[in-house]
Amino acid sequence: MFLAKLIQKSLAAALSLALVLAICAPVTRADSKIQIMTATTDLAALAEEIGGDKVQVESIARGYQDPHFVEAKPSFLLKLRHADLLIVVGLELEIGWLPPLITQSTNPKIQVGAPGYFDASRFAKILEIPTGAVTRAEGDVHPQGNPHYWLDPENGLRIAKGIADKLSQMRPGDAAYFAQRYTAFEQKLKQADQQWMAQMKPYGGRKIVTYHRSWPNFAEHFGLNVVGYVEPRPGIPPSPQHTVELIGQMKRDGIKVICVEPYFDLKTPNAVARDTSGKVLVLMPSVGGEKEITDYFKLFDYDIAKLKQAFDETK
Amino acid sequence: MKRFALSFILLSISTLPALAQEPPAAKPAAVTSDARIQSLEEQVRVLVEQVSQLRAEVRTLRDTKGPDSAGENKVVLASSRIEAGMLPSAPEPAPQPIVALAATPAPAQVAQTQTYGGATSNAKLLNPDISMIGDFIGTAGRNTVSPGKALELHESEVGMQAIIDPYARADVFISFGEEGVNVEEGYLTFTSLPAGLLMKVGKMRAEFGKVNTIHNHALAYIDRPLVTNNLIGGEDGIDDAGISLTRFLPAPKNWFAEGTAQVYRGDSSDVFSSNRRQDVSVVGHLRAYRDLTESTNIDLGVSYARGHNNAGINTTFDPENFTTNLYGADATLRWKPLRRAIYKSFLFRTELFWSNRDQLSPLNVFQTQHAFGLYSSAEYRLNRRWTLGGRFDRSGHATNANLTDTGFSGILTYWPSEFSQIRTQYRYGHLWDDKTLRYTDANEILFQFLFVMGAHGAHPF
Repeated sequence: MFLAKLIQKSLAAALSLALVLAICAPVTRADSKIQIMTATTDLAALAEEIGGDKVQVESIARGYQDPHFVEAKPSFLLKLRHADLLIVVGLELEIGWLPPLITQSTNPKIQVGAPGYFDASRFAKILEIPTGAVTRAEGDVHPQGNPHYWLDPENGLRIAKGIADKLSQMRPGDAAYFAQRYTAFEQKLKQADQQWMAQMKPYGGRKIVTYHRSWPNFAEHFGLNVVGYVEPRPGIPPSPQHTVELIGQMKRDGIKVICVEPYFDLKTPNAVARDTSGKVLVLMPSVGGEKEITDYFKLFDYDIAKLKQAFDETK
Repeated sequence: MKRFALSFILLSISTLPALAQEPPAAKPAAVTSDARIQSLEEQVRVLVEQVSQLRAEVRTLRDTKGPDSAGENKVVLASSRIEAGMLPSAPEPAPQPIVALAATPAPAQVAQTQTYGGATSNAKLLNPDISMIGDFIGTAGRNTVSPGKALELHESEVGMQAIIDPYARADVFISFGEEGVNVEEGYLTFTSLPAGLLMKVGKMRAEFGKVNTIHNHALAYIDRPLVTNNLIGGEDGIDDAGISLTRFLPAPKNWFAEGTAQVYRGDSSDVFSSNRRQDVSVVGHLRAYRDLTESTNIDLGVSYARGHNNAGINTTFDPENFTTNLYGADATLRWKPLRRAIYKSFLFRTELFWSNRDQLSPLNVFQTQHAFGLYSSAEYRLNRRWTLGGRFDRSGHATNANLTDTGFSGILTYWPSEFSQIRTQYRYGHLWDDKTLRYTDANEILFQFLFVMGAHGAHPF
């Protein structure tokens, strides 16, 4: 009697809400495609290359968005909760927004460490891993290395291999399909890379300045030399003193090209370019940065064409 | 290379017993036998040396960070070998054919085992993410109703966050203030429950509106709105030990809906007071969200909370009859252009609260006070380093709905980096003074320094 009274008086509201929650049957999906969510568009592009029509892929971040600062909107939860596979860049690139999304997705398949959680950095060659003490005096450093590793076609291939293996593991019946897609992708990428390398060969060793440290893998693969940054430290906005130093350095070394990601303000790069008779180049670090960059190949096509043009114009 | 080395070791080790077990009786002559044994011993010695060398090599390879799992596959683009010196990785002898690559088993999903300082540092990899947030506040000006200290390290919040096991994670936030230590939150979140349920168990800020869920350092202002202080328990708000269940709810297309039901012990600041074990409090929250465009979204919510209060204690009335019912409604409009997310953004938020508090009137008659309060605030990011905001406050008192405090604030925030903030806030209040029994004006300037150490987990949207 006493217990009944207690329940009536103090838990009525909670129970009615719990009832609402309980009667909502879980949504089931009819199609049999593997539902893949990726943190960035580049990983989505690679997953599409391998998965073909056996997968449904969507990226959380857009290609023209700074992947460090994505808002953890609840609308992403609707997609994450049905995902079979979540592919992340890792190396703490998404630390500011992805962990709460994963937790709130209530999807056991994509929790960290679960079979549907795929950290692409494990398959890639990582550069700029800090050694010794790591402090934020160096700015927003990534203790596990530079997370912009997808901008090296070799890493693209390595990640694609990892994705092919993962998809085959998830759908053994389609393993041959994924293996065949991977082989085709590898051949196409090798051919494309030969062309890209040939296009970049005349500019081997050219010194450039970039806004953020987004390009070490790209520069290493294509033989460019990134010698300065518009940001004084990663994640720290440009300061007048650093900008003056950068202008001095560019003048001394005859550097003319400043590469800027599409999500950074062009005011400081433009000012630097004016002082050094250089050229500001908005390079795309991700698929979808411009409408025409619809896949992983077009990303390099676009960036290499832009770089070539800039180098030719600033001889 | 790693795989090759390992298989060589295994091969070598497996041959050792076979060599050792060669039956000497099978030899026809003793001389031949001795010579043979000698030669075998020599071979064993050489093999042992090779094994130890390879072991060392394997250890070195393990400690070196490369494309760890994929490194075995050695997928190197043909073109990479065109230009010597431009190769990110030296071409290995005879890259494996594609068919063989496809057949290799997928690498196990294990955490990266990078080391930074020798073998012992591996243990650190299992430590939780630890962070500390310092919140230093200074106040100047006139406020006779709720005067703040001239200078104080208002709060030092230590956060420890980790994944516990494949089924749960835990978040603990301990707040060291001027008046002592307080576990602000400490809860376990079960992430792998069936039926899309998310369960939290522990002490936590209740899902009652928006501002109640936000930690001090994550607020857009130095202080909390007047209505929080007057109706919802002050700085700590509804923050109690309990159990929470959250689930997505069916919603029209492009809408996101979520329901939360929580049961707490019933002790939250001066809002709820549990006199007996069965005096638990409950909180319910419904949330609807929609992206209007890729940059703009709207977030709506309604909340309910019910618990016992302390009005009946030490009276002739039964304390069980004195409850507080709280109702809330919140609306948030956000704008943040994706291409310039770090430079420009705008947020408008308003929250309305109604409090129905059972209590005794001055004439000792049972009554219910129906108080109402609200705040509306807007923040605009001017550029990467500066944010400007304003807030309007109005709220009755929970114990006397006829007394209404009004105020407004303006705030300017400077961000040296994303790990620190410097702020100044002007605050005006037209407040009821219980001591003088009349309204009084408060004019204050507050400033604040906020800093983050370590890896502080992201806050929910």
